[in-house]
Amino acid sequence: MTTTLQPAITILPSKKTPIILSVIAVIVFLFFGIMGNSDVAHFKLDSAGDAFALPELAFPGKVSNIIIGVILLAVAAYSWMLRSKAQQLATWIIGVASGLFVLSFLIWVVSGANITTISLSSLLAGAVVLAVPLVFGSLSGVLCERSGVVNIAIEGQLLGGAFTAALVSSMTKNAFFGLIAAGIAGALVSLVLALFSIKYVVNQIIVGVVLNVLVSGITGFLFTTVMQEDPELYNSPVHLPVIAIPGLSAIPVIGPILFRQSVIGYLMYIAVFVVWFGLFKTKWGLRVRAVGEHPKAADTLGIKVNRTRFWNVTLGGIVAGIGGSFFTLVAIDSFTKEISGGRGFIALAAVIFGRWNPIGAFLAALLFGFADNLQVILTIIGTPVPSQFMAMMPYLVTIFAVAGLVGRSRGPASVGEPYVKE
Amino acid sequence: MKLELRGISKAFGSFYANKNIDLTVDDAQIHCLLGENGAGKSTLMNVLYGLYQPTEGQILLDGKPVEFSGPGDAMAAGIGMVHQHFMLIPVFTVAENIALGAEATKAGGVLDLAVTRKKIREISDRYNFDVDPDALVEDLPVGVQQRVEIIKALVRDARVLILDEPTAVLTPQETDELLEIMRQLKANGTSIVFISHKLREVRAVSDVITVIRRGQVIDSVSPESSTTELANLMVGRAVELNLYKEAAAPGQATLQVRDLSVVNAAGTTTLDAVSFDIHQGEILAVAGVQGNGQTELTEAILGTQPVTAGSVKLEGTELVGKSVKQVLRSGVGFVPEDRSVHGLVTQFTIEENLVLDLYDRAPFGKGISMNLGAVKKNATQQIADFDIRTDNQLNPASSLSGGNQQKVVMARELSRDLKLFIASQPTRGVDVGSIEFLHRRIVAERDKGTPVMIVSTELDEVMELADRIAVLYKGRINGIVPGDTSREVLGLMMAGASAEEAFAQAEYAKSDNEPVEAKPVPVEHQEGEAQ
Repeated sequence: MTTTLQPAITILPSKKTPIILSVIAVIVFLFFGIMGNSDVAHFKLDSAGDAFALPELAFPGKVSNIIIGVILLAVAAYSWMLRSKAQQLATWIIGVASGLFVLSFLIWVVSGANITTISLSSLLAGAVVLAVPLVFGSLSGVLCERSGVVNIAIEGQLLGGAFTAALVSSMTKNAFFGLIAAGIAGALVSLVLALFSIKYVVNQIIVGVVLNVLVSGITGFLFTTVMQEDPELYNSPVHLPVIAIPGLSAIPVIGPILFRQSVIGYLMYIAVFVVWFGLFKTKWGLRVRAVGEHPKAADTLGIKVNRTRFWNVTLGGIVAGIGGSFFTLVAIDSFTKEISGGRGFIALAAVIFGRWNPIGAFLAALLFGFADNLQVILTIIGTPVPSQFMAMMPYLVTIFAVAGLVGRSRGPASVGEPYVKE
Repeated sequence: MKLELRGISKAFGSFYANKNIDLTVDDAQIHCLLGENGAGKSTLMNVLYGLYQPTEGQILLDGKPVEFSGPGDAMAAGIGMVHQHFMLIPVFTVAENIALGAEATKAGGVLDLAVTRKKIREISDRYNFDVDPDALVEDLPVGVQQRVEIIKALVRDARVLILDEPTAVLTPQETDELLEIMRQLKANGTSIVFISHKLREVRAVSDVITVIRRGQVIDSVSPESSTTELANLMVGRAVELNLYKEAAAPGQATLQVRDLSVVNAAGTTTLDAVSFDIHQGEILAVAGVQGNGQTELTEAILGTQPVTAGSVKLEGTELVGKSVKQVLRSGVGFVPEDRSVHGLVTQFTIEENLVLDLYDRAPFGKGISMNLGAVKKNATQQIADFDIRTDNQLNPASSLSGGNQQKVVMARELSRDLKLFIASQPTRGVDVGSIEFLHRRIVAERDKGTPVMIVSTELDEVMELADRIAVLYKGRINGIVPGDTSREVLGLMMAGASAEEAFAQAEYAKSDNEPVEAKPVPVEHQEGEAQ
């Protein structure tokens, strides 16, 4: 009574990648290339204080984009061919294709603008500056979520940090006190999150959302009742100076990004490395990740699950609070209502895009910062694209990055689930 | 190490999961705790492992009383536990899992996995475990994951090892290997507490068997006791281990499954071109180790799992592409593998649960109204027919025991006129008494002429019910064999051999080798005597 088996059928991989690549290639070839502007786009690599000058890059709009378009069409065709053989495109090819698309977009926009020259150096340096709060926010998210607690309250922590930093720095006339106070403010927001989500097992998302509204309300109230009464005393924060490292900061392109930063900027690079090293190379990190993946297993090995979570959430609050102080101690003169402007949520997207890895989250935050800064610069040079569309760009990039390009990224298995012993 | 439990009680509210339990495990002894699901074995072990605090009683190690405030204390005292559901982190490597909680570090808390790797290799070599310290746990077969758990305990110098239902997830061959490992551990002086409800294994390996029923120790017996004796002790009354059923009288092949394939969201092929027929009046049992495509197969037929390719024809009608409701309406009865999640709405009353898929049809529903009288009457009838033990049919389904919940699901699904009956894990977590009852109902449905498909990871159940057995391995059917195929052949097939290979290999083993077990106790013979 045995049955003979049919040969197995081959199941082809998803069409998603080839389709996206094809659409991009067609857009570049037709829209940016054939229908594009034939003016030349100029990209300056060096800036005023550099040690030596670099040549300017010039791309004739139409021709360059037709060439890029042809390359992308070839990549798309190759990817269809691979799919029919049930294979997938190498990740680096997708990376190069994405890079070419960004380049082609820049060439198209700049060649069609009123001023056909932009400084690549300041585009990148500005991107880093805009990314600083995002990076701190996403590190906070990584710290919390790796231990199994969803931190929707990043926005509130950034805002709380920004407000406290402004207030304390103004009153003490010392920016470093402001920085420390910002960390404490972030931690306080975290304490509420930890208390309710860990001890009282309230839904973590709801606590987070409520905290954002709460912090926004408190800072808004104190801003109008206290700060605006006497801005001289309460809302004129002493700023952290930008420290340029002699010599190194004069290297074109890299110098301003790595070696011409405020204390918070340098702290950012250190924090990314420390959190990465801590999570993946130390005993502490192994335990944190275990608690976020399978708390019961950790418990059976004698690891205190809820204590670990509590400290991680608190640490996350400190990190996000410091990130928030960047608004009022470096970037902007004084505190205004809702100064964080939703960046806490973008940071959350960076956590997911970066696959819960500090370095990934850092790169994702840089991408969002880049989109943000590009929008600013493109508005200045006067592109044919309406500025409202430009303003949408960072958010569009976020949505596409998180929904489309990453695919299904897998977070810690037990994130959002409270651990209650029977 | 000698372990003594004296008068251990554990109460949850007013319910005693363990009551006044005395247990002594001698040095280098394999001590089996035998009992049904829910008898309180795991609770007792969780008390011993420090996960629960005993309400009363004392734990003594080598004569000295100890108290554990958590698993850390128990481990420090030399107690290791392999949980029924492995306590491993799937995305960690073997070394990371084993290091966790007892990490070797360099200066500044930096992990030193080299030390852990070395320890793993030592233990792995000593017991022939063949475990790669750098493999990701999620990529390992269940049998190897279990060895990782054992290594985890050994690395922590466990001298008493608790194994909680360790064979539930293993193929028969893997089970034999595990029993061999247990003997080796014992030879090295480790005491083992072996928790199980499978009589065959218990008798093969134990030195002493302690039977637990309803949280209390019933008796300690020697492994020479017959299976019938053990089963009676475990259940508390005489049980019939063998199901009497007439030979099948297969009619037409009304269910035809062809090249059914499922690819999950992650892109893995979980069901790979599966083809088979089921005849009217025949039970086809699908055997296999858990996670080899069983869930996907049943759900693909029902329509809750998107089918990538293939066809399912029931009496000539194509089911693939139809909605779940349409599939049910065309005469498919479906008992899902997890009754509390997919079989019942546990907060609903028993009455309501008995008409979950019939509520909108006569006599229960008309237009937008429901005939609550008919629902009530139906419930009274079904409760009597299926011997569902409850004092009120308006109680929520969650108030019922596992066996009675399963009877509710089964009663509901069998109350329609069926053209196909699918039951997934029909008796998982069900007491022995109810198992008997449910099995008889399944056979009765077959005798009515319905094609029946049973999916079960319990080989005993498969062998008892099946007229034919299909073995699933990695999403493919390795072969369809007659219902009286030996445990050995089925085991080989569950580990990936084709039917021909398995038969040939089993034949060879019989002629050439001693059986793997030291004390082979063929269950069939014993039961024959008892009858």
